[in-house]
Amino acid sequence: MGSHSENIGSDKNGSVGVGRRDLIKRSAALGLISVPTMSFLSACASSGGGDEDKAKAGKKTAKNPLAVNETAQMEFVLFDGGFGKEYAEDAVKIYEKAFPDANVKFSATQKIQSTLQPRFNQGTPPDLIDNSGAEQMDMGVLVGKNQLADLTPLLDAASYDDPNKKVRDTLRPGIVEMGQFDGDPVWIMYYAYTVYGVWYSQKALDSLDATYPETWDEMLAVCEKAKKKGIAGWTYAGKYPYYLPFSLYPMIGKVGGREVLDAIDNLEPNAWKHPAVKACFDAYYELFKKGYILKGTPGLDHIQSQTAWAKGKALFIPNGSWVENESANVIPADFDLAVSAPTGIDSSDKMPFGTIWASGGEPFVVPAKAKNTAGGMEQLRIMLSEASSKNFTSKVKSLTAYNGGTDGITLTPGLKSGVAALDKAGENVVNPRLQDWYVQLQKEKIGVSGLGEMMAGRLTPAEAIKKIQGYADEAAKDTSIKHYKHQ
Amino acid sequence: MQHGKYRFIVGFLALPLGLYALFVVWPFIQSIYYSFTDWTGLSPEFKMVGLDNYRRMLDDEIFWKSLQHSLMFAVVLPLVTISLALFFAFMINVGGRRRKGGPVISGVRGSSFYKIVYFFPQVLSIAIVALLFAFAYNPDSGAINSFFRGIGLDGLQPLWLGDPDLALWCVMAVLVWSTVGFFVVLFSAGMASIPADLYEAALLDGAGRAATFFRITLPLLWDTVQSGWVYMGILALGAESFAVVQIMTTGPGGPDYSTTVMVLYVYQKAFRDGQAAYATTIGVALLIVTLAFAAVVMRLGRRERLEY
Repeated sequence: MGSHSENIGSDKNGSVGVGRRDLIKRSAALGLISVPTMSFLSACASSGGGDEDKAKAGKKTAKNPLAVNETAQMEFVLFDGGFGKEYAEDAVKIYEKAFPDANVKFSATQKIQSTLQPRFNQGTPPDLIDNSGAEQMDMGVLVGKNQLADLTPLLDAASYDDPNKKVRDTLRPGIVEMGQFDGDPVWIMYYAYTVYGVWYSQKALDSLDATYPETWDEMLAVCEKAKKKGIAGWTYAGKYPYYLPFSLYPMIGKVGGREVLDAIDNLEPNAWKHPAVKACFDAYYELFKKGYILKGTPGLDHIQSQTAWAKGKALFIPNGSWVENESANVIPADFDLAVSAPTGIDSSDKMPFGTIWASGGEPFVVPAKAKNTAGGMEQLRIMLSEASSKNFTSKVKSLTAYNGGTDGITLTPGLKSGVAALDKAGENVVNPRLQDWYVQLQKEKIGVSGLGEMMAGRLTPAEAIKKIQGYADEAAKDTSIKHYKHQ
Repeated sequence: MQHGKYRFIVGFLALPLGLYALFVVWPFIQSIYYSFTDWTGLSPEFKMVGLDNYRRMLDDEIFWKSLQHSLMFAVVLPLVTISLALFFAFMINVGGRRRKGGPVISGVRGSSFYKIVYFFPQVLSIAIVALLFAFAYNPDSGAINSFFRGIGLDGLQPLWLGDPDLALWCVMAVLVWSTVGFFVVLFSAGMASIPADLYEAALLDGAGRAATFFRITLPLLWDTVQSGWVYMGILALGAESFAVVQIMTTGPGGPDYSTTVMVLYVYQKAFRDGQAAYATTIGVALLIVTLAFAAVVMRLGRRERLEY
């Protein structure tokens, strides 16, 4: 370039020594090393911990059936999510009253994994954890690596309200089994009780002169009626299509019987090829084919789809009982929220109408390496008393694992309808386990890549089943995940 | 003049390099070590498993998809972002028509306003940007589809993030939108240091805008462009792509794995599936990809130094 530039050039870039270009090169090479994904992992570098300083057992009495050491410290870490922390704080106060000499450390956080992962790695976890929320730690791994304490002593202890009744006998059906993985030990105590199903506005249904459909033909008729009025039949969390199973799985159970769902959970070969699965997939696909799904649904997330539904753009949405709390600010006052067990195919279904998916939520665990495991369990025993359970239900509009405890509380419309659906279901409560046994398989593979694609019209039911069966077979072969079987 | 220079540099750098080795390089070595174990991240116990994780990775279909998408990010994003930024920066600083009495070299009318507009997304956190666009892409009530309806294109209502063919492009568009301003400023600064007499000479010779750009601006800006390219590529492979994919296409990973990227996969394996060792293995693969990317860009971009 121009001859006059030498004098500028030599001191700016320097034709000698380290040039700007080289510096850039070197700094780029160094910068690379800070690829942001890796170093944080090793921040939780592991080191062994010992059992040396476990709290000594206290004296076993009628009032203290778990033999809690009255002076030992008890640490309780709660997930601070949709249910808040007040209910737990109230329960902690009761513990403190029962053991005035014990030092109770209570904390609530949304960051369960980031807070607790390092402590598990060091072998110094707290005594009781509500392992929930987006940062939930994988239960399968915790169990597989012997990180959790067996809660059987708690279940066999006398209940808080009645010394002649075991805790086990005060719980809703299925709760204890849910906390098992295989064999007898109970690793997890689910505290909340969630009703899954099809949620709708009774008012909207009334305005269509319709009642909740019990067979699929009736379902299609209701959707057609709604379509004529410019309302879509269904919407769902399109970006998280793993909400669809909340009504689809119990429908499969209703049509084909519990054993179909069990075979699916057990990852048995060809479990998805059962005719009941095909019938239900076909039924749902028909909703898409007939244009009964709210336009644009595959691009909506759960909040957006719930909002569209609350605004009356669609009649039905598959969801769980948290939807009442979560959508409280968009659901109109006269909405008259209701939940129903899923519609079946017809009268030849194996299980009656009313078959519903209900199961525990808000998993509480006591780490095996906790210093005061008895204290952690005692805290749970307090929470499972009638008074604490009532306190929870009236504060956060959700049922608990405690069977009953709703007398004398004014129930919100959704909660009331949930209780009624449970009453109607009676013994016919199903509990598919894919979502807590095989998270990735359930959410991403079956949910997003299988059901999501089918409901968006990009896969036929037959193709979806083939794809999902393939994913299930892969998971069955995958040695890096722990496998479970229904007992 | 050269005497003792390296000793001087080493003296100055010893402490920072020491810290760097301790807090950056060492964790790296540790993570590579973990990639040969079966560590879950949830328990202190683990054992060596040799190359099992690597073998598994090579058989992992989702890993290959995420690799493919990450490479797309690394190639397409810098290309689009930097081309756009070069164009904008040129128009703001050099591309204006000559006005009577004004300076010889100037930007288009209103260029100072454009500068602010382009730079504005930089003051927003990427998380906010991703959220904003997630709303805009909402097929039911989002801004984009509402706009289409407003101008009478009722039939054209794409699912955007819900469509596996579109989702990845939607996500990339957001990254372009949010980063182009930075490069406009970077290149504007570079252009400001190009002597005005070069442009005057070109103008006298009758060069148009295109010729001025390709013959003068681009060659003199080459170093900046190249480092910008590397920088953008690393962003696209790392943090930025994670944020937008995690927030916007939370399936997560998009419909049918259409937007999943390597960083997201690392995160999911480590913090959702409790497979920290496998996550570090993918992390090592990401490191290799990033290094290779930088090496390729540096090699291909090598050209004669221009002096002025």
